Amino acid sequence: MAIIFIDGKPYQAKDGVSLLDACLSLGFDVPYFCWHPALHSVGACRQCAVKVFKDEKDAKGKIVMSCMTPVADGMRLSIDDPEAIKFRASVIEWLMLNHPHDCPVCDEGGECHLQDMTLLAGHVYRRTTLKKRTHTNQDLGPFVNHEMNRCIQCYRCVRFYKDYAGGKDLDVFGCHDHVYFGRSRDGALESEFSGNLVEVCPTGVFTDKTFKKHYTRKWDLQAAPSVCVHCSLGCNTLPGERYGTLRRIRNRYNQSVNGYFLCDRGRYGYEFVNSKIRIRTASVKTNGAAPADEAAPELAISEIRKKLNGTHEGGIIGIGSPRASLESNYALRELVGAENFYHGVSDTVFNMMGEIVRIIKDGPVAAASLEDAREADAVLVLGEDVSNTAPMLALALRQASRNAPMVNLAKFKIPHWDDAAARNAIQNEKSPFFVASFTGTRLDGLSSEKPYRAAPDDVARLGFLIAHELAPESPGVPDASAEEKSLARRIAVALRNSKKPLIVCGTGPQSIHILRAAANAAWALKRAVPDARIAFSLPGCNSMGLALMDFPSGRPVSEALKRVQAGGAKAVIVIENELDESIGKEGAEEIMSLPCSVAIDFIATRTSQLAGVALPAASFAESQGTFVNNEARAQRFYMVMQPQNKNIHGVWRWIMEIKAALGTEKQCPEIDALTAELAKRMPQFAPIADRAYFPPPGFRIAGMKIPRQPHRYSGRTAMHTNIGMVEPKPPADTGSALSFSMEGFYDASKKQKIPSALLTHYWAPFWNSVQALNKFQSGTGGPLLGGESGKRLMEPSGSAPAYFTDIPEKQKKAPGPSGANNKGFFAVPLYHVFGSERLSMESQAVAGLCPEEGQPFIAASPRTLSALGLNKSDTMELEIGGAVFDFKTVADEEMAEGLAGVFVPKNANIAADLAGLYSKLPAWARFLVKTERKQ
Amino acid sequence: MLALLRALWLILLHTFKKRVTVQYPERKAYVPPRWRGRIILSRDPDGGERCVACCLCAVACPVDCIALQATEDKTGRRYPETFRINFSRCIFCGYCEEACPTYAIQLTTDYEMGEYRRANLVYEKEDLLISGQGKYPGYNFYRVAGLEIGGKAKGEAENERPPVDVRGLLP
Ligand code: SF4
Ligand code: SF4
Ligand code: SF4
Ligand code: SF4
Ligand code: FES
Repeated sequence: MAIIFIDGKPYQAKDGVSLLDACLSLGFDVPYFCWHPALHSVGACRQCAVKVFKDEKDAKGKIVMSCMTPVADGMRLSIDDPEAIKFRASVIEWLMLNHPHDCPVCDEGGECHLQDMTLLAGHVYRRTTLKKRTHTNQDLGPFVNHEMNRCIQCYRCVRFYKDYAGGKDLDVFGCHDHVYFGRSRDGALESEFSGNLVEVCPTGVFTDKTFKKHYTRKWDLQAAPSVCVHCSLGCNTLPGERYGTLRRIRNRYNQSVNGYFLCDRGRYGYEFVNSKIRIRTASVKTNGAAPADEAAPELAISEIRKKLNGTHEGGIIGIGSPRASLESNYALRELVGAENFYHGVSDTVFNMMGEIVRIIKDGPVAAASLEDAREADAVLVLGEDVSNTAPMLALALRQASRNAPMVNLAKFKIPHWDDAAARNAIQNEKSPFFVASFTGTRLDGLSSEKPYRAAPDDVARLGFLIAHELAPESPGVPDASAEEKSLARRIAVALRNSKKPLIVCGTGPQSIHILRAAANAAWALKRAVPDARIAFSLPGCNSMGLALMDFPSGRPVSEALKRVQAGGAKAVIVIENELDESIGKEGAEEIMSLPCSVAIDFIATRTSQLAGVALPAASFAESQGTFVNNEARAQRFYMVMQPQNKNIHGVWRWIMEIKAALGTEKQCPEIDALTAELAKRMPQFAPIADRAYFPPPGFRIAGMKIPRQPHRYSGRTAMHTNIGMVEPKPPADTGSALSFSMEGFYDASKKQKIPSALLTHYWAPFWNSVQALNKFQSGTGGPLLGGESGKRLMEPSGSAPAYFTDIPEKQKKAPGPSGANNKGFFAVPLYHVFGSERLSMESQAVAGLCPEEGQPFIAASPRTLSALGLNKSDTMELEIGGAVFDFKTVADEEMAEGLAGVFVPKNANIAADLAGLYSKLPAWARFLVKTERKQ
Repeated sequence: MLALLRALWLILLHTFKKRVTVQYPERKAYVPPRWRGRIILSRDPDGGERCVACCLCAVACPVDCIALQATEDKTGRRYPETFRINFSRCIFCGYCEEACPTYAIQLTTDYEMGEYRRANLVYEKEDLLISGQGKYPGYNFYRVAGLEIGGKAKGEAENERPPVDVRGLLP
């Protein structure tokens, strides 16, 4: 800690940070543009000028850029010095010379850092009559709108896109006041983090293109803290609603999780909430296969009661979901009984999830949070294509790749936040980084050596070898080649010599061996490096919650099928699930043909179409609940908006209604009571009742709830008058401490701390843009003032590792021609950030970027293809487990020899039998040349 | 007693004073042009809608009686898809007109808005949009703004230079 004197008064500041950082952390309003809490300083804009003085006697002082000046003990500076004020006012006036007269039609307006800083720096009147410079715009694809005229040349965009996120196709062109930020030619931005430009750019150059289609000012958006549902990382989000539709998703800061950013799947995948695919009314199939009728909810419930009469005890099976909240899964499990509750995932996924829980729970190594991943200084990625299955983890790994060389900065006396200098000093040096995968990944560029391409079992073997190198008591791989051994040794040495190594794996390759190998490696590493971590990518946003529910027992859906086949069930309730994907088309049909089948979901799925009764559920935006992310962090999401009609309820409430109809429950509890009950009944979830992390509905500050709407929410007395003159009372929210109103407690003075879990928007006087976040953190980039939001459920037990000993055999070469025209190949699953997640595929923008126009394809190396006598434009037929599918063929230079990557996008048009294909992978497959099939 | 007589006398005097009561509605009182009466949405000199759906009037409104939704035409020109004023709430303070950056929303001298049904006091866009420019002739926001719209390319707004050629090498 250093003492600095700001305008004569002493303050405590962190040693070694920049003056700007220190001033903002202390709550001072110093204007700035090019500095960003995650991108740090470059000193490009000159807006952050302050005056520093040599000593007490120095009255003259000199103007410095606060973002480029390190804090020193005893330092004297002035923010309010007239000369500094004048300097800042002239800088902003000069930055505004060419700024267009756009604010009323600019999507940044009302949350514009440039507007804020213009006011803050005191520039209110345009004096110049010079003609303005103009630029033409580019079409940057479906996510980001470009309006170059508004640029103030702060360089934040390229610093984020290129330096931070590793993008290659956005850059700065031209010179002097012609500099242009864009692509070399029109075209969709390639990085899956492009949407962050919207929040990073301090002006309206980059704005949200999907939001533009239903634009609403920031002050008109009703928002609530939420959690992303599009992958297992559980990034924190702030979805905004207006007039009953979800308008956009913005980042919600969580230091331990996503920090300042989101991926494009998470940011743009929201449109399913408004889409036509929503189930909005209950439907009951009368007399067998007749088309489903719309039905009143009461009718649906009474139909269920009729059908279930007498079967309640042991007759109903429930199928839970990795995308439903803990509360919904719990309610179902309580209704049907633990022994009748099945996890709606394939056997492979079920087994992998069990193994992951065991590894985190029983092993000595902690699961890495995204913050841990950002701080790692050596990385081994085993098999998982992180960029496509857990995008923000890939972004975190990209930061990790810079950490090891950063220690050299001290040698050059460069502070870590002096970004341009630091990058210059580091040059292309990287942390030790190793990638083992089936095919090319977007992290390959970070790899310290040529990425290791191999089949899942071979990737696992490499992991086991590394573990053995690190700790000889961990089992070795007897038949490993010299090459593999030396690679493993190099990796082991690099990992051992680091301070915070991280092993990354996941369920993507669908190989339990890889998980075990990663665990062995992490455990072995832990002996040498206490801060070793392991990170998992999982299939769904609540996969971990579902797995923990029954751990260590539990049953996958395949056992439900067996039970149905054995006649052991009369009714089934499926929540938020597409059964085809876990049990195949026939299996799903068989389960759903029980005399009473109920599906509760918010989107229409093939399963809900098969169901006798389909009930309309609330999406994440219309309900409240808890998700458990990949590191077992439980996080609460709150209702952003009311469901679009009164037929729609949270899954948990539907289950309570069914319970009531069956006479086992009189009263439907509130969601919060359900959460409390769940925490009490299941010790593994006990922390979710911790009121410090999850404020109760009764929580008040100064007797007030926290409002969902900003204090300048407009149109209240006109927005409903097209329907009726009676202004409806704002709906009551009995489940949380948030209110559906603009009235309530809000304070940005850093004195009264709103619990972070309840922050619905960031705003402070003078700070309308997202940069207002400074006012809610204890130190920029630091934790939120109101404590952490979310709580980890599992920490390692610290016991000595019980190494896995089951080493897979070396991947066999293709079994060779088994017919004149047949060749066998090993089929492995491929994923894509835009395409492998069902809900986000309802967003047109996301679906438009799905590879191969949303068609399933097979990728194999050109050599593999030519061995088959195929060209890359041909289609091929693939036989897996007796079923034959048509596939487009794609040549993939990077694919390991003998492997064929199978990609099936998760959109509504995919055939039911294809949807279940992943549950069978990886597997040997035969490629049939067309003539054979015709015979 | 004296006071009473004085009052009677004064009343008598008033009988000969000029009348101030106006025979409304047969005769209308004079209202100054800056009178704050019924609100309209005006058009620019080219006949295009002036309102750009910026929502500033709505946020300035102290009783929150303006609700609108923005949309864009094919050329990128933004305009309100819906625009509603609930005059049963409006207090005619004129803040919306003051906030409007395009002179679109204007208060007029019309005050005859009485209705028997409150619902009739809800004006939608078609009730608000007039065909002229209202009190402020001549201003066209889109001719000043840098945004490209149909009929106005980049660099063609007032006080603008032609777009930069990024590929040019000249200083
Ligand atoms: S970038 Fe900001 S200042 Fe510029 S036009 Fe947009 S809102 Fe106005
Ligand atoms: S486009 Fe935005 S982020 Fe990039 S330099 Fe211009 S103002 Fe800064
Ligand atoms: S990384 Fe996953 S959780 Fe985070 S924003 Fe993207 S899809 Fe959502
Ligand atoms: S302030 Fe003017 S331009 Fe903006 S929405 Fe209101 S009427 Fe339209
Ligand atoms: S913020 Fe300091 S120079 Fe830009």
